[in-house]
Amino acid sequence: MRKFTQLEALVAPLDRANVDTDAIIPKQFLKSIKKSGFGQNLFDEWRYLDHGEPGQDPAMRLPNPDFVLNQPRYRGAAILLTRDNFGCGSSREHAPWALEDYGLRALIGTSFGDIFYNNCFKNGLLPIRLAKVEVDALFDQALHAPGYKLRINLETQSVTRPDGKALAFEVDAFRKFCLLNGYDDIGLTLRHADKIREFEAVRRIEQPWLFSESK
Amino acid sequence: MPKTLYDKLWDDHLIRQEADGTALLYIDRHLVHEVTSPQAFEGLKLSARRPWRVGSIVATADHNTPTKGWEKGLEGIADETSRLQLQTLDSNIREYGALAYYPFRDPRQGIVHVIGPEQGATLPGMTVVCGDSHTSTHGAFACLAHGIGTSEVEHVLATQCLLQKKSKSMSVEVNGLLGRGVSAKDLALALIGKIGTAGGTGYAMEFSGSAIRALSMEGRMTLCNMAIEAGARAGMIAVDDTTIDYLRGRPLAPAGEQWERAVAVWRHLKSDPGAHFDAVVLLDAGQIVPQVTWGTSPEMVTDIAGAVPAPEDFADPVKAEGVARALQYMGLAPRTPMTAIKLDKVFIGSCTNSRIEDLRAAAAVVRGRRVAANVKLALVVPGSGPVKRQAEAEGLDKIFVAAGFEWREPGCSMCLAMNDDRLEPGERCASTSNRNFEGRQGNGGRTHLVSPQMAAAAAIAGHFADVRVLL
Repeated sequence: MRKFTQLEALVAPLDRANVDTDAIIPKQFLKSIKKSGFGQNLFDEWRYLDHGEPGQDPAMRLPNPDFVLNQPRYRGAAILLTRDNFGCGSSREHAPWALEDYGLRALIGTSFGDIFYNNCFKNGLLPIRLAKVEVDALFDQALHAPGYKLRINLETQSVTRPDGKALAFEVDAFRKFCLLNGYDDIGLTLRHADKIREFEAVRRIEQPWLFSESK
Repeated sequence: MPKTLYDKLWDDHLIRQEADGTALLYIDRHLVHEVTSPQAFEGLKLSARRPWRVGSIVATADHNTPTKGWEKGLEGIADETSRLQLQTLDSNIREYGALAYYPFRDPRQGIVHVIGPEQGATLPGMTVVCGDSHTSTHGAFACLAHGIGTSEVEHVLATQCLLQKKSKSMSVEVNGLLGRGVSAKDLALALIGKIGTAGGTGYAMEFSGSAIRALSMEGRMTLCNMAIEAGARAGMIAVDDTTIDYLRGRPLAPAGEQWERAVAVWRHLKSDPGAHFDAVVLLDAGQIVPQVTWGTSPEMVTDIAGAVPAPEDFADPVKAEGVARALQYMGLAPRTPMTAIKLDKVFIGSCTNSRIEDLRAAAAVVRGRRVAANVKLALVVPGSGPVKRQAEAEGLDKIFVAAGFEWREPGCSMCLAMNDDRLEPGERCASTSNRNFEGRQGNGGRTHLVSPQMAAAAAIAGHFADVRVLL
């Protein structure tokens, strides 16, 4: 998993509440055998005017010029600003996979779907919960200032606005530790790689038949 | 302190343990198939990791493979997702490697839980995992074996370990001898009927007793396979001569001096006298008669001489409601004798019952008889290429075909209807598989779980029949 320490990036304001996981990545894209490649169909029904199906060439699609991510000023945004209850719905990890694959690194909103919130941390995405007045102010600034960027520091748990005002956010200590270090479950286990290797070496001597390497 | 077999297997693989009991267990054997592995390999790739030990991997394609038209190769598979999953497994194994890979159409290809033991890839004392719940099958060899999810498949690929909390232990002791025409499948179904599909939840189950000692390895695999249907993530049986005789000479089993050393170690893989179990279940094998399920859960089961129950037989209103729903789905009236239930299809196969002994038992019933006219399709799907060739060498295929059965290529087939073998809505099937859930064998299909002998008897009679009369 990618580490998340600090980020200064363009902000895309998605001014909607209750964005569910089916909106984030519609169900026809879930049959894939992959974990990557969902980015091109992120928010598919809003992002394109034509109906999306797996296997289409994105260059042949009809983008919806009104959708926030299609507006040139938000191209390259890595922070998504949202309203209440973003990511409600399914437990499938396709939603964070799609957001991450698109290039987003952090989400800022007042609240997030519970399972989705957990899944974000497993996939290197930082969901930040702020108070409604703070989110309102961010929307206001982002909509009125082209090239609007925010600075996020996970270590100090702060979001800093261009005007210098810093907004503090809460994050579970263990999740923070994992994100800062880029540890997913696998990363955490691999901290014990030496112990695993040691165990394996003994086993290889004691029960070599468990380690036959050919055929 | 005396230890159970489960304690021994657990302790032998424990690398470390957190204060909350979460343990890091070393995994010896990782079985891989095409359905649950693609996103795990993809995850590895995305995080630029390599498999920890490819020598632990044994891979095959089984869930999606067709059971006929093999000469057409991948082109013979109409469903694009199925084909893509097979191709993806191919490319992943080609890229990363494996101890052994039996792809679609390989002479040793077959159901992952049949080929593991058959090739000697499953050895006593191993931890065995696979992204498939019926991995419990391998516990028949005194392994700690269970199914895992896709994220855990990735975890095992990357770390050779699994994060686990220890289960409680349950002893299922079966004494006496199974009667003629009564098999390990009937024993499994009778056990599930007794303790329920959640009876083993949270437990690792060890089967013991004289009836278990008398079972062949095929029978033991059938029983451990069904442990998951009793709710237990793992089922296991101690090592004895039967285990050792089965493994001797298998392609991936040790040989020579290593074989002798291994056998000496394996002989200790049994529970110590006086070891403590958190729960004990006793069964008398002599009392068990052929079983048939009537509902949409394996615990909805009765004797062949029995009848479909009525919802009002159940005091618990939730249960009664469940029974009513099941009967509606199954299209059965309360009090219907099991022998009056007519069938449209018969399926002999699956990781539960597709081994050579299963096919011999079914063929013994079928020999010289004909499939009833009302049975539209009777399928025999061997568990692997070697099972198929062995059966053909014994002439079993000819017995089946002469009776009107179709003799197919190996794979999971109609157990879960991921390939073209399936039930149509409303069709009723006697099946030797493991799950009778709604839609499992095809949308709207009605599944009755039985043993291979009972499936054969049902095909001949056109309705469920007591196989003991035909033997």
